[in-house]
Amino acid sequence: MLLFILKRLAQSFLVMAVVSAISFSLFNFVGDPVNNMVGQDATREQRVEIREKLGLNDPILTQYARFVGNALQGDFGLSYRIRRPVDDLIMERLPATIELVFVSAIIALVFGIGLGVYTGIKRNSWISRAVLSISLVGVSLPTFIIGISLIYLFAVILRWLPSSGRGGTVDLGWWTTSLLTVDGWRSILLPAITLSLFQMTLILRLVRAEMLEVMRTDYIKFARARGLSDRSIHFVHALRNTLVPVITVIGLNIGALIAFSVITETVFQWPGTGLMFIQAVNFVDVPIMAAYLVFVALLFVFINLIVDILYFVVDPRIRLGG
Amino acid sequence: MTELLRINDLDVEFPTRHGVVKAARGVSLTVAPGEVLGLVGESGAGKSTIGNAIINLLERPGRVASGEIVFQGEDLRTYDEDRMRKVRGARIGMIFQDPQTSLNPLLTIGQQLVETIQKATTHRGQAATAHAVELLEAVGITEARARLNAYPHQFSGGMRQRVVIALALAGDPDLVIADEPTTALDVSIQAQILDLLKRLCRERALGVIIVTHDIGVIANIADRVAVMFRGEVVETGKVAQVLGAPRHTYTKSLIAAVPRADRRLERFTSVDYIEGSGASGAKIDVRSHWLGKGRRGDPNIRDVIELKDLNLEFVLQRAIRKKNRKVVRAVDNVSLTVQRGEVLGLVGESGSGKSTVARLIAGLYNPDSGLIRIEGTDVVSQPRSAGARKARRLVQMIFQDPYSSLNARMRVRDIVAEPIRFYRTTESEAETRRIVGDLLEHVGLGAAAATRYPHEFSGGQRQRISIARALASRPEILICDEPTSALDVSVQATILNLLKDLQEELGLTMLFITHDLPVIRQMADRIAVMRNGAICEVAPTDRLFAAPEHEYSRHLLDLMPRMDLLDPDAA
Amino acid sequence: MTDMPDRPPTRWERLKDNDIYWSFIHSPGAIIAAAITVICILATFAAPLIAPFDPFDPGQISLWDGKLPPAWVEGGQDRYLLGTDNQGRDMLSTILYGGRLSIMVGLAAVCLGMVLGVSLGVISGYVGGATDAIVMRIADVQLTIPGILLAILINGIGRALIPLELRDDFAIYVVIVAIGLTDWPQFARVARGATLVEANKEYVQAARVIGLPGWLIMLRHIFPNTLRPVLVIATIGLALAIIAEATLSFLGQGIPPTTPSLGTLIRVGNDFLFSGLWWITFFPAIALVVLVFSVNLLGDWMRDALNPKLR
Repeated sequence: MLLFILKRLAQSFLVMAVVSAISFSLFNFVGDPVNNMVGQDATREQRVEIREKLGLNDPILTQYARFVGNALQGDFGLSYRIRRPVDDLIMERLPATIELVFVSAIIALVFGIGLGVYTGIKRNSWISRAVLSISLVGVSLPTFIIGISLIYLFAVILRWLPSSGRGGTVDLGWWTTSLLTVDGWRSILLPAITLSLFQMTLILRLVRAEMLEVMRTDYIKFARARGLSDRSIHFVHALRNTLVPVITVIGLNIGALIAFSVITETVFQWPGTGLMFIQAVNFVDVPIMAAYLVFVALLFVFINLIVDILYFVVDPRIRLGG
Repeated sequence: MTELLRINDLDVEFPTRHGVVKAARGVSLTVAPGEVLGLVGESGAGKSTIGNAIINLLERPGRVASGEIVFQGEDLRTYDEDRMRKVRGARIGMIFQDPQTSLNPLLTIGQQLVETIQKATTHRGQAATAHAVELLEAVGITEARARLNAYPHQFSGGMRQRVVIALALAGDPDLVIADEPTTALDVSIQAQILDLLKRLCRERALGVIIVTHDIGVIANIADRVAVMFRGEVVETGKVAQVLGAPRHTYTKSLIAAVPRADRRLERFTSVDYIEGSGASGAKIDVRSHWLGKGRRGDPNIRDVIELKDLNLEFVLQRAIRKKNRKVVRAVDNVSLTVQRGEVLGLVGESGSGKSTVARLIAGLYNPDSGLIRIEGTDVVSQPRSAGARKARRLVQMIFQDPYSSLNARMRVRDIVAEPIRFYRTTESEAETRRIVGDLLEHVGLGAAAATRYPHEFSGGQRQRISIARALASRPEILICDEPTSALDVSVQATILNLLKDLQEELGLTMLFITHDLPVIRQMADRIAVMRNGAICEVAPTDRLFAAPEHEYSRHLLDLMPRMDLLDPDAA
Repeated sequence: MTDMPDRPPTRWERLKDNDIYWSFIHSPGAIIAAAITVICILATFAAPLIAPFDPFDPGQISLWDGKLPPAWVEGGQDRYLLGTDNQGRDMLSTILYGGRLSIMVGLAAVCLGMVLGVSLGVISGYVGGATDAIVMRIADVQLTIPGILLAILINGIGRALIPLELRDDFAIYVVIVAIGLTDWPQFARVARGATLVEANKEYVQAARVIGLPGWLIMLRHIFPNTLRPVLVIATIGLALAIIAEATLSFLGQGIPPTTPSLGTLIRVGNDFLFSGLWWITFFPAIALVVLVFSVNLLGDWMRDALNPKLR
C-alpha cells in the first residue's frame, strides 16, 4: 500500500517537474520578458539594469530553481497586463471555477453512471436505444454550441435564467461562493449543464460498454448457472467489475471538465480562472499562463492520486498482490 | 433404472446470416443418479450446446427448436425463466472450463459461496458460512475457514477449479454438468480434479454429465459415454463397450486416431471418415527438387544442436530491494545435444520451460548465460555475426496455435514465399511461385491454396501452411512446439504423419515439444523430461516408457490416462 | 470453410463476404452517416463550383446586403437562401467554404497525429525496453492533460512565436500542428496495444525465426494488423479534431475571420445573437453539428463492427 502510493507520488512529482519546466520556459521563449516589463521605449541602460535585477543573466538552472522556489511560495510574479500579483488573481477566481467544475462533475457522474448502467442492463429497451442515440448527438455537440443554444433558449427567448456571471455571491473570507444564494444557483445552472453534457455522454457510453463487456464474462455466466437473481448479478457482480476501469476514466473526465471550463467560462462570461486564462493567452500574458498551467496540473495530479487510491480500495488484485 | 435426466430428440438451432446452423440434431440421452455420463466429441460437435440447453442458458441467438428435456419427471422446456432460475444451482449445477475466469475477481470466495448457498438452500447467516466451510473441505481445500476471506487471484488454477466445484455444489444439486472441467489444467491436477468429481458423484449420488474432447478423460471417469459427431449422437453405451468395441465408423476412426502410450506404431491410422484430411497432394521427389538441393548441413558434424549450461530468468516483478523481486528460472542449467537426423522429444507440464528452450534455440530469446551451438557455430556470443545468422537460418519452427501463426492479412502464397523472397533463394518470381505450389502440394493442401487467405482454412490445414512456410527456408532443424495440441485428435493424427514423413524424407533433425506422452512415444527417438526449467532425465523413448529412472518421469507416466479399455481384449 | 469453390474469390467477392461489409449493409445508421459524410465532403470541396457567391471576392460583397435574414423569413431575399452576415456575405457560400476549411484542418490534424502516434506506438510496442518506457511515459503525462487545453496552449505559444503581421497567414498551420500534437498519444496507445498483442502472436515469431529484420516485421506484419483499431480512433479523432478547430476558432485562437472556418463563423455570429440575428450563428452551428454527428455515427458503427468481441 505504502509503496504503491509512494510510486504514484513520485510519478506526480515527475509530472509537476515537467509542467513547471514548461511554464518556466514560457517566460524565456514567448516574448521578451524585459519588453513586457518596461515597454518598448525604455533605454538600453534601463534594460540592462532590469535584466540584472530579474536575474535573467544567471545560468538557466539557477533561474529555474528560483522559479520553482517562488512558485512553491505561490509567487508567480506580476501579470504583464493587469500589473497585479498573479497568485492573488488566481485565488480570487479559483472558487468560481472549482464550484462550476464540482457541480458539473456531480451532474455528469450521477446521470452518466446511472444511465450507463440502465442502458447496459436493458440493452434492447426503447428507452436505452433513445438514450444511446441522444448520447451520440451529445458527443457531437461542441461545448460552445451547447452553451450558445442554452443561452438563446433560456436567457434570450424564455428569459428564465441569466446568461452570464455568477449572480449573488457570499464571501466566506477565504472563499467566495455562489452556492448559498438562489440567484447564484440560477446562474450556475446553465454553465454547469453545458460543461457536464459532453463528459456525461462519454461516461454514459463508457459505463454501458464496460457493463456489456462484463456481462459477457465467464463469471457472470457461472453466476447465472448458479441461479443467482438478476439483481445480484447486475449490481453485486457486474457493477463493481464495471467500475474498476471506469474509475480511471472518471479521473480523466474531471480533468477534462477543468479544461472545458475555459470554453464554458468564455461563453457565459463566468468570472473563473478559465476566462482569465483565455484572456491571458490572447494578450500573451505569460505569468498568468504559467501560473494557470501549474495550478491546473496540480489539480490534475491531486485528482489522479485520489483515483489511484480509489482503485486500490475497489480492486483486491492490486491491494493484495497477485 | 431410475432416471434423473432424460433428453428426447433435442434439436438446437443457431440462426446466422449464412442460414440456420443445427448445433444438435435429434439428441437423446439419459443420466441416472450416481452415474457419470461422458459426452465426447471433437470441436464443433455440439457437445457444449447440450449442457447449455439443459439449463436454458444457450448463447444468443441459439434456441431449442424441438425435443424434451425431462428432469426428475418434469419437462424443463415448459418452465419459464423464474422457475428455471430455481432449477439452476439448486437442482442442476454447472462447472465451466476455465477456472481463471469463472470466479468474480472482486469478491472473496466466501462471499460468492455464501451468496449462492443462501439463494439455493435454507441456510442463513452462520449456518450458511458453516456450510461454505464444509463444502470447501469436501472439495479438498485445507484451512477452509481462513480461505473464505481470500480472493480468487490468491488461489492456483487447480485450487480455483475446486472452488468452482464447491460453488456448483453449493445449492446441493442432483445433477452436475461439467463442461471440459480439466482442459485448462495440468496433467497432474487433471487427475486430482477427475478423482474429486468421481468421488462426489458416488458420495452424493449425483448425476454427472462430463463434456470433453478427451477420450482419456472418458476412459478414466465415465460410466457410460455418448459420442457426438456434427450435432448428432452417433453411439451410446458403457464406456468399456464403446471404447473397446466401437460400432459406429466415426467412433472407430476417432479411437484409432488416439495416440497410444503403450506401444509404438509406424503410422497413425488415417481417419478418412472425418474430413478430407487424408487428401494427399502430388508428392514431389525431394532429391531432385529445389527443396532437396541447396541443403547446407555439414555431414561431419554429428551434434547438430548443442546446449551447454543454459540459463534464462524472467522477471515477474521488478523491485529495488532484492527480496521483493520476483523472478522465475525458466531455464535452469540445461545441457542437451541433438544428433543429426534424430527426433528428440521434450516433455513436461506447463511452466516446465520446454517451450523456452525451443525459443532459445530458434533465437527468439537470448540466454542469460550458457552456450548454444547450431551445426558447430556458437550463436550466442555474437548473435548478429554473419556466421550466427547463417547457422540460425538452418532452424525453423512450427508453432502451437494454428490461428495466430499465420498473418491473416497475407495470401498463403506470400506467407510461404516470404523466406524465399527475402533470401532470394530462387532465380525468378515465376520459380518462386512454382516452388510455393510444389510445397503446398507436398504438405497435402494443393497448389490452388496459394491465392487464398488463411481464414479460409481449418486448423489442421493451417498447420500444413505453417509447415510449408517452414520448409520454404530449407531447414536442417525443425522445432515443433506443441504443433498438434490445439487440434482435434483425428486431425492431429494426419499432421503427425506428415511431420514424420517429412522428417524421414529430408533427414531433418527434429526437436518435438509436447505435454502429451502418448504423442511423444509415437514421434521421438529420444526423450528429455523437463520440470521447473531443469532437465530430469534423457533416455531413448522405449527405455523411458519401460523403465523411467527419475522419480518425476515415473510420476508423469503414472498420470497418463489408462487406455487399456481401448484394447478389444479387455472389453 | 473446408469445402471451397474451385476458383479463388475475386476481390469483389471477398469484400462482399466480409463481415464488415455485411454489417455496413445491414446498418441503416451507418449507411446514412456515410452518405452524409461523403455529401458534406463533396459539397464543401466543390464549394468554388456550387457556391452561389465567392465570399472572398470583395466585388461580390456589398454591405448594403448585410444582416439579411434567410429567404423564407420576412425581409429575406431569394438570392441569399440562408441570409447574409454582418458584412453582407452570403451565409450558404461562407458555410460551404468554411466547412471545407474545417474538414481540411481536421483531416490534416488527424493525419499528423496518426502518423506520429502510430509510428511511435508500433516502434515502442515492438522494441520495448527504454524506448517504450520513455515514449509511453510522455504519452501518459500528456494524456492526463485534456487535449483542448493543450491545443489552446500549443496554439497560443505557436501564435506568440510568429510575428504579428504573419499570424493570420500561418494560423491554419498552427492550428493543425496544435491539434495534431495533442492527438498523437491516443494513436500511440492504441497502436502500441495492438502491437503488443500482434508481436506475441506466433506469425510474428515465425517471421523472426525466418530471420526478417525488425523494421520489415513491423512494416509488413505488425502495421497492417494494427490498422483496424487505428481506423476507429482516426474516425472518432476526426470528429474531435473538427470540434477542436471550431472551439479554438470560437475562442478567437484559431482561423481568422478573413478566411472563416465554421468555428469562426459561429464566433462572429455569437456577437449578434442578442440582437436577434440568429441565422448568422444558427446555420454554421447546424452544419458543424451535422458534420460531426455523421462522422461520429460512422465511428461508432465502425467500433462495433471492427470489435470482434461484440459480435
